Amino acid sequence: MIQMKNVYKKYPNGIVALNGMNVEIKQGEFVYIVGPSGAGKSTFIKMMYREESPTSGQMLVNGVDLAKIKRKNVPLLRRQIGVVFQDFKLLPRLNVYENVAFALEVIEEKPEAIRKRVLEVLDLVGLKHKARMFPRELSGGEQQRISVARSIVNTPKVVIADEPTGNLDPETSWDIMNLFERINASGTTILMATHNREIVNTMRHRVIAIEGGLIARDEVGGDYGYEG
Amino acid sequence: MPGMKLEVTTAMKARTLTRHFRESLKSLGRNGWMTFASVSAVTVTLLLVGVFVLIMMNLNKVADDLENDVEIKSFVSLEADEARVTEMETAIKSMSGVESVNYSTKEEELSDLVLDFGKEFSLFEQNNPLLDVFYVKATEPQQTENVAKEISQLEGIEKVKYGEGKIEKLFTFLNTGRNVGLVLILALLFTAMFLISNTIRITIVARRHEIEIMKLVGATNWFVRIPFILEGMWLGLLGSILPIGLIIALYYNVTEFAQPKLSGEMIQLLDFAPFIYQVSALILLMGVFIGIWGSFMSIRKFLRV
Ligand SMILES: Nc1ncnc2c1ncn2[C@@H]1O[C@H](COP(=O)(O)OP(=O)(O)OP(=O)(O)O)[C@@H](O)[C@H]1O
Ligand SMILES: [Mg+2]
Repeated sequence: MIQMKNVYKKYPNGIVALNGMNVEIKQGEFVYIVGPSGAGKSTFIKMMYREESPTSGQMLVNGVDLAKIKRKNVPLLRRQIGVVFQDFKLLPRLNVYENVAFALEVIEEKPEAIRKRVLEVLDLVGLKHKARMFPRELSGGEQQRISVARSIVNTPKVVIADEPTGNLDPETSWDIMNLFERINASGTTILMATHNREIVNTMRHRVIAIEGGLIARDEVGGDYGYEG
Repeated sequence: MPGMKLEVTTAMKARTLTRHFRESLKSLGRNGWMTFASVSAVTVTLLLVGVFVLIMMNLNKVADDLENDVEIKSFVSLEADEARVTEMETAIKSMSGVESVNYSTKEEELSDLVLDFGKEFSLFEQNNPLLDVFYVKATEPQQTENVAKEISQLEGIEKVKYGEGKIEKLFTFLNTGRNVGLVLILALLFTAMFLISNTIRITIVARRHEIEIMKLVGATNWFVRIPFILEGMWLGLLGSILPIGLIIALYYNVTEFAQPKLSGEMIQLLDFAPFIYQVSALILLMGVFIGIWGSFMSIRKFLRV
């Protein structure tokens, strides 16, 4: 499903964020990406939906070489991947409902189907009652849950979440994790960068630890591993 | 793993277009004072352009009227008898570049004078000093000179008269006027586009973050672009309402005022209809074009996400 071969990323400012990554993630896996701040977790994730491109190395998503897809076809790649951004990336001028609906509008879904599905996922993240509010009127955690709702609304093959519980209280964090478990059980690949030791150690899955742009550890059913 | 079908289809569903229209209208409202600023910019420029077009088109009309009015007055000498006059008329009619020939006897000439200048001239009725005249019109104003020369060589023509030097000067004057007007209109339009695309650019710069997000959640360039372009179109449409209204009112009053004064004169203003509706359509089209073009140009560079 996702394959990285010797992926190297140097940002224009000279910082090397990924220093030759080799990894393979199969369809249906649940993977935690852990590691200290600045290790390259977000950069790793941004490669998947082509927010960033590798400086060198090869990236395959669903068998497609990302270096070879045409610019105009990038949207199609992105529609197959649901992303929970570390900074949420909600559209400030659209209300909660419209923000989530946007991911379905771009794939030209029928309005009735959009309505039904959006209300469904808003219910899943527990924010159906705030559908008419704007992002600026929501708390950080609420915005994060909207971002989660948007990432799963078009039932993508992969959900990539960059610290999806970063702003949530423990209880809501567990709710979101249960949601991810459910989606994963239905065959969706989940990739999740996190600093949450308790979650990683409780809901055991494959753990990839990144340090200094390299994979330091990769074990199935591993623990968080860093001592706080 | 089944390979992804990575091919964007360009065909857009009707419901998506509906969605884009809805979004563009919502955006107008949510953009508040920026909408107002853009619409004002369009309004001011279109008003100027509109007034200019009115003036230019009428100047053009006046020039045409004047050009068409250039007649060659050919005086028939006293020696020519009736048979000769008929011969000359046939000869003139057969010349190339002649549109019409009108014969006017010296009695008719005198009564025209009396009509124009008053009773005093009726004194001459006893002893008419005037000559019979052929009024000749050339098909093209530029041919007037050649035709006049040819007529003057006919036997039985005393002399010919037409605008001569003055006419050429008038033509060059009118042509320069037209060209200057055209350049001014173009300059004005160019400034307008610059102004408007700048205003739209400010709103888009503020929204580049949004554009980036839209692209990251899978929107194609056209999906992002069309609502912006439609928004530009609305700005242009809204901006053309006031200019069209004002110009119709203005021209209505001008023609109401001038038409009676000009009745029977050779110079006429363009009729209110359909002229003013054509100008209105032109203003509307310019507004829409300016709006669409402005949005299109401003959004271009922000789509590279
Ligand atoms: N757009 C960018 N331009 C330049 N350097 C960047 C950019 N994004 C990240 N970096 C740098 O790349 C390195 C890795 O950053 P990254 O965001 O991937 O870390 P991270 O593991 O996600 O950290 P965190 O846990 O704090 O989110 C950092 O040193 C950062 O300064
Ligand atoms: Mg990060």
